[in-house]
Amino acid sequence: MVTPPKKIEVAGLQVWYGRHEVLKNLSFDVYDHEILAIIGPAQSGKTTLLKVLNRTLDSAAGATLKGTVKIDGEDIMKVRSVFDLRRKVGMVSPLPVGLPMSIFDNVAFAPQQAGLTNRTELADRVERCLRQAALWDEVKDRLRTLGSKLSGGQQQRLTIARALSHQPEILCLDEFSIAIDPVTTMRIEEVLKQLRSQMTILLVTNLVQQAKRLADRTLFLLSGDLVEIDRTDVIFSDHPAQRKTYEYVNGIFG
Amino acid sequence: MRTASGLEIRDTADLKSALPSGRIRPPDPCKEQPAPDPVSTRFTETRFSRRKQRNERVAQTVFLGMTLLMILPLLLIVGYLFYQAWPILSWDFLFTNPKHGMRAGGLWSPLLGTIYLVAISLAIAAPVGVLAAVYLNEYARNNWFTRIIHLAVVNLAGVPSIVHALFGLGAFVLFAGLGRSILAASLTLAIMTLPVIIASTKEALSSVPMSFREACWCVGATRWQTIRGVVLPNSISGILTGIILQVSRAAGETAPIMFTGAVFFKAIKEGDPFAYGLFDQCMALSMHLFTISTQVPDVPPALPYGIAVVLLATVLSVNALAIVLRIYLRSHKKW
Repeated sequence: MVTPPKKIEVAGLQVWYGRHEVLKNLSFDVYDHEILAIIGPAQSGKTTLLKVLNRTLDSAAGATLKGTVKIDGEDIMKVRSVFDLRRKVGMVSPLPVGLPMSIFDNVAFAPQQAGLTNRTELADRVERCLRQAALWDEVKDRLRTLGSKLSGGQQQRLTIARALSHQPEILCLDEFSIAIDPVTTMRIEEVLKQLRSQMTILLVTNLVQQAKRLADRTLFLLSGDLVEIDRTDVIFSDHPAQRKTYEYVNGIFG
Repeated sequence: MRTASGLEIRDTADLKSALPSGRIRPPDPCKEQPAPDPVSTRFTETRFSRRKQRNERVAQTVFLGMTLLMILPLLLIVGYLFYQAWPILSWDFLFTNPKHGMRAGGLWSPLLGTIYLVAISLAIAAPVGVLAAVYLNEYARNNWFTRIIHLAVVNLAGVPSIVHALFGLGAFVLFAGLGRSILAASLTLAIMTLPVIIASTKEALSSVPMSFREACWCVGATRWQTIRGVVLPNSISGILTGIILQVSRAAGETAPIMFTGAVFFKAIKEGDPFAYGLFDQCMALSMHLFTISTQVPDVPPALPYGIAVVLLATVLSVNALAIVLRIYLRSHKKW
C-alpha cells in the first residue's frame, strides 16, 4: 500500500496550561486527504490539539508548548504569517458563532479580508460555501439578514460555511454536531465525505459512532495521552491494540 | 411509588415486564389514569409561600420608593430653576454679552466660551481616549505593565478636578507657555475627561463577546481587521455614549478652567460664532455663574437662575442627543 503524503506531522507535542500538562508528548502524522477522527472523553485535550494547529493557542493566557508541528513540512511555530496559516486551517468551533453581520458578509468576510474584491467572484464563493454547508436552500432568499438571527443549527452550518470560505487545506471540526439535528448532521457528514477529495479533515467528536461512520483513521486521546491511532476499522474492531480503546468505543468507561 | 402530584413511577424492571415488546408506549388517554389526589397540595397557601409573597411586595415597594426619591430632587431642581429664571429668559438673553458690570445683558460670551472649551477638549480627549482603550482592550497582553496602566487610568478618573487645574496651570499655562488661553483650559479639561473616556470605551469594547473575535481570528483575520470588522461596529453606541456623557462633565467643571483660561469678564462680538481665538481667554457658563452669585453685588435675582437654566439646558440637550443616538444604534444592534 502506498502511503499518501503527510499533511501534518506532530512530533513530541507537549502543552501546559500553567503547571497542568494537557497534552503529553504526542507524535503522529496526518495524511493528505484523509478524515482523522479524534475521540476521547472530556478534558483529554482534543480541543487544545486543534488550537495548536491554527495557533489560536498563542492568545491563551499561560499556555506553553514544546515539540514541533509541521504542516506541509513547514514548522507552524516559525511560519512568517500566522494569518496565512489560519487561512490554510479552517476551524469550526463547537458553539455556533454567527457574526453580527449579514449572512452574506459572514461568509464573505474572510475572502474580503484576504483581498478578494470582485463582486461576482465573491458571490460565487459565498454560494458555493453555503451549498457545501447545506444551508444555501434555507437562506438564499435572505442573504442580507443578520447571521446572528439564524437558529442555532443554521448558525452552526453558517460557521462551517465560513470555515470553508477561505478555502482551507485542512478543516478542523470541533464537535460540529453538538447544536444541530440528526438530519442536518447526516447531510453535513455527506458533505464532509465529498470534501475529503479537496482537503484533509480533522474531526473532534464525542459521538464515537460518527467517527466510525466518517473517519479513515481514528485517534484516541485520554487525558492528554495518545492511547492509539489506527485505521478506524481496527479501532472499532474487537481487537484494537489497547484495551482502553476497546472499552471507550464500546462505552464501558468514559 | 406515588409522587405528590399523583403520578405513578415504576422502576425500569417494572416497565420491562409490563411491556414485553420492549418499546415504551405513551400512556393511553382512553384508559383509566391514576386519579389525582382530591386536594392538590401543590398550590395551596402555606406560611412559607405567604411570607415569600409579602417579602416580594416589600422589596418591590422599597425599590420603587428609591427610584422616586431619586427623580424627585431632579424635578424639584429643574422646576425651581425655571420658575426663578422665567422673567429673564429670552433669545436676546442667549445672544448678547453681559452688560453693566455683568448685572444686565445676556450670556453670549460665556455660552460661546463653554462651547469652545467643551468642543476642543473632547476633540482632543475622544480620539486619544478611544484609541488608547482599543489598544488596552484588544492588543495589550494581560501582564503587570497593562495592569499598572489600567490601575492608573482608574485612579486618574478619581482625581479631584482642582488637582487637574493645578496640573494644567503648571504644565500647559507655564511650562508649555500657552498662557491662560482657551487651548490651555481645553487641554486641562481633556486630561480630566481622558481617563473616564478610556474606562467607558474599554467597558463598551469588552461587552463584545470574545467568541466573535475568535471566529474572526480563526478565518485568518488580523487583529485590526477584527477590530474594524466586528468589534468597533458593535461597540460604537457604547463608545459614543461614554464620550457624550463627558460633555456634561466638561461643561460643568469650574475649577480646571479657573486657573488656565477662563476670565471674569470678556466682551466679544455678538452673534459671531468665531469670536474667540485659540489663544484668547474666554468666559465660561460655570465660572460666570460662580462669579455672578458670589462676587458681584446687586445682581437681579433672576440672572443667576437664568445662567443655571442655560447651563442645564445645554448639558441636558447634549445628554438627550446621547440617548437618541443610543436608541438609534441599539435598534441596529445585531445579537
